Amino acid sequence: MNEIFRQARAFLVSLRLTVFLLALSIVLIFWATLAQVDLGVWGVQHRFFHAFVVSASVGGLQVPVFPGGYAIGGLLLANLLAGHIYRFKMGWRKTGIWIAHAGLILLLLGELVSGLVQKDYQMRLDEGETKNYAESGRLFELAVIDATDPKFDDVVAIPDSLLAHGTVVQSPKLPFRVVPKEYNANSAIQMRSQAPGAAPSLATVGMGTMVAVTPLDPTYKEDERNMPSAFVELAGPDGTLGTWLVSPLLGNPQKFDFAGRTWKLVMRPTRIYQPYSLTLEKFSHDVYPGTDIPKNFSSRVRINPPGGEPGREVLIYMNNPLRYAGLTYYQQSFDNNATILEVVRNPSWLAPYIACGAITLGLVIQFMIHLVGFARRRRA
Amino acid sequence: MTRRLPFLVAAAAAFCFLLGITPGWVHQPAAVTAFGRLPVLSEGRFKPLDSVARSTLLVIKGSQTIVLPGKEPTVLTPDQWLLDVMFAPEKADAYKVFYIDDPDLIALVGKSEANLSIHYHSFNEIAPHIAEIEAQEKLAEPVGAQARNHFQSSVVQLYGNLSHYLRLRRAVVPDGSKDFLGELIHLQENLVEGVDAVRAKEEGKPHDEAKAAALMEEGQKFVGMSESTDLLAIPPDEGDDPNAWHNAGHALLETFGKGEVNPAVFAYAGMAYAWRGNQTESFEHILGLYQASLAKHFPRQVEKARIETVFNAAQPFYAGMWMYLGAFLFAALSWIRWPEPARLSAVGLVGVGWVVTTVGIATRMWLEGRPPVTNLYSSALFIGWGSVALCLVLEVIYKNAIGTAAAGMIGFATLIIAHHLAMAGDTLEMMRAVLDSNFWLGTHVVVVATGYASTYLSGALAIIYILRGIFTRTLDKATADSLARMVYGIVCFATLFSFVGTVLGGIWADQSWGRFWGWDPKENGALIIVIWNALILHARWAGMVRQRGLMCLAVFGNIVTSWSYFGTNMLGVGLHSYGFTQAAFWWLTAFVASQLAIIALANLPLDKWRSFRPGPA
Repeated sequence: MNEIFRQARAFLVSLRLTVFLLALSIVLIFWATLAQVDLGVWGVQHRFFHAFVVSASVGGLQVPVFPGGYAIGGLLLANLLAGHIYRFKMGWRKTGIWIAHAGLILLLLGELVSGLVQKDYQMRLDEGETKNYAESGRLFELAVIDATDPKFDDVVAIPDSLLAHGTVVQSPKLPFRVVPKEYNANSAIQMRSQAPGAAPSLATVGMGTMVAVTPLDPTYKEDERNMPSAFVELAGPDGTLGTWLVSPLLGNPQKFDFAGRTWKLVMRPTRIYQPYSLTLEKFSHDVYPGTDIPKNFSSRVRINPPGGEPGREVLIYMNNPLRYAGLTYYQQSFDNNATILEVVRNPSWLAPYIACGAITLGLVIQFMIHLVGFARRRRA
Repeated sequence: MTRRLPFLVAAAAAFCFLLGITPGWVHQPAAVTAFGRLPVLSEGRFKPLDSVARSTLLVIKGSQTIVLPGKEPTVLTPDQWLLDVMFAPEKADAYKVFYIDDPDLIALVGKSEANLSIHYHSFNEIAPHIAEIEAQEKLAEPVGAQARNHFQSSVVQLYGNLSHYLRLRRAVVPDGSKDFLGELIHLQENLVEGVDAVRAKEEGKPHDEAKAAALMEEGQKFVGMSESTDLLAIPPDEGDDPNAWHNAGHALLETFGKGEVNPAVFAYAGMAYAWRGNQTESFEHILGLYQASLAKHFPRQVEKARIETVFNAAQPFYAGMWMYLGAFLFAALSWIRWPEPARLSAVGLVGVGWVVTTVGIATRMWLEGRPPVTNLYSSALFIGWGSVALCLVLEVIYKNAIGTAAAGMIGFATLIIAHHLAMAGDTLEMMRAVLDSNFWLGTHVVVVATGYASTYLSGALAIIYILRGIFTRTLDKATADSLARMVYGIVCFATLFSFVGTVLGGIWADQSWGRFWGWDPKENGALIIVIWNALILHARWAGMVRQRGLMCLAVFGNIVTSWSYFGTNMLGVGLHSYGFTQAAFWWLTAFVASQLAIIALANLPLDKWRSFRPGPA
């Protein structure tokens, strides 16, 4: 038993393992970079880096073929920790190495955390417009809105992943259950009048009876976006209310009345609401004279805190984001006179700064130790 | 003699370079040079017409000079070519300046089977086929740049070149105008009556119909002119925004409001008249007057344009390229014969080459007002410059010509790459908004480029070790050990710089896009270089490799770096995807193959290495 433990420890501590893992990580990154052409950056992160194994399709079966980012990163972390505990000896000559590797541990952990918890959204604002929410660039939700009271909406939002899994949703706020019937991760729609050969629709009420849905392969391209669609049945205590087609392609919410209340049904980009709101006061955009190369763009935004406190104005532009209430707003792009801000929540954003500072410091110390030693030897 | 050789070599190199700057050396009349110095606003920045001419020729023809056939072939300078394009288009249209290498496209412009190897074509030859070219371009254009086949990218390129040429041809003189100066004088003389006639016509009062119609026709022509060029050659009036230069058509449209023809347009039309009529004296006279008025109102632009013209003529990077090549040959020579004189000559050449390229890079920075690296072209310059600087340090320490040989090799290679990258157009192009941050360009990009430079340097040193060891008897134990120490030291340096540079990139990304790391191809490439360098160091510490293994890993570092540097751009995805060329792909493949061959060679048994083979010394 002791012998096995010693061997396992020797393996985990060994530099050979480090070299082996570094080589694996190079292969993984290289492969993933090539795969980006087809899968896009999000697909690659999902399949290569935020995964324990990378699978490839062999004859229709998903077979694990290579360790993923979590596996390699985790082993490197174990290797590093074991090295710190058993191998590294404290002493002046090794200070740099020690600090650098401690920083590396923090970097790996920080990336793990941000991979797990980082969320990004977008916020599109026309000049003069005020919004208190940002929208996801990739995820959608089915919003069931109780619009009886004209003063406010009472919203139950169902992530589209639940629709994709066919999970039946029952909420105490809703007098009916939401039963997903069919889900397409990407789709196109056209009017039935223009698609005479289309199969009959699953929808029995609403817009869905008038349009035909064509399922499409999911896209991973950076400039394209998946447009999901779903058929959902709303089932009341006394039987079905009907089956609706929901999709962001339909635009406006579909309205109906049930149990004495007015409801709206819409599939839209997943929203994250804030207690405060932002107003776009002015969007500016310059190009270099005589060209259409963008020179700069910036958004003058007013922050309206909750409770009617006086707000303040900020200027968001390239390399100068707004960090407010745990979110960061970046100038991402624009569309005519509307600004598009990237909104990111990443609680571990500070970790890489500290980690990289430590690693750099460690490497510089070590480099200087070597350089001084080298210079002394040459002089001798 | 041999003791003086190094000084002679260095002095000769410096002399050749300085000759390029002296005005008398350029084979063109002083007035043509002066014309080339006129500042214009083009592609978002002020530059001399000389730069417009050179970058256009590089884009459409692939070289900066034109040789006119004849009994005694004459050479046209870029400035002379531009003068003909702008002022005597019927001459310029006959110059064979459009480079086409796709056989299908050559056939499309009307060449028969036997002539498909003719690569240079004149506008006159192509003009009858423009409609077909346009149709093909419309078909090819929607295909993404990466997915186009050779014919498609060639036709898109040719179409772009043709419109580039036409925009230049129509910059100040409208198409088909034989005597533009006369037309303008006529306009000026009849302006008051013409404007009155048009006004009266609009108000429905009696008027001189012929005069009104003539003026309206002029106006239509100017509208056409203002839409058909992007060269902003006409300075704004005094008191207006000094950056608001316009094109000639736009300036002429203001004639009707201001009551007089813009004097700068007049000057250009006058120059056109004199140039067409071969009236050298009046050309010089008009040019002199225009220059004087520009110098009075726009002294800064005029001075910058003058310096840029000198910089263009000096071609410091082209000169440096040959100096580095010479240095490499001298350094290699020093291992076989005349060790000290040849080595010092090599050091001298590298020194002069490095000073020349330093001045070149500094001039670019001053012209742009930016840190050294702003695009792929300048990164090649900077990587070469940084490597050579490191090599000079190695040479000062070890004095065994290895640093110099590596300097020659890398300096030459990077400058030849830069030379080809310049074919893409103006290398002092403006920065897109997202990259517009001197602080991050100055830190992240410069440090990453230094990391690339040192990784290449360790690879170059390793190649010297392997080739010298296998093919010569000159790699004795002391040299081998010192090379191993150099490679190890440079790999440490490369690890530090590539890591810090990559991290700074992450911080920039966090500042501008909200994520520290996004797995963008270029980021991945940089990360792979860091990991590769770390792998070399750990493999050595673990005792998994010794001298020879270290060298093989360092050579493989060349492949890793080249892939990150160029290969990632070829994928055509991500934030950093710029500057792709198809030819570059084949060069990259060939380079990778050559490096693999060197690694394979290094794995020959040691008794096959001439340096290590026991036997007669």
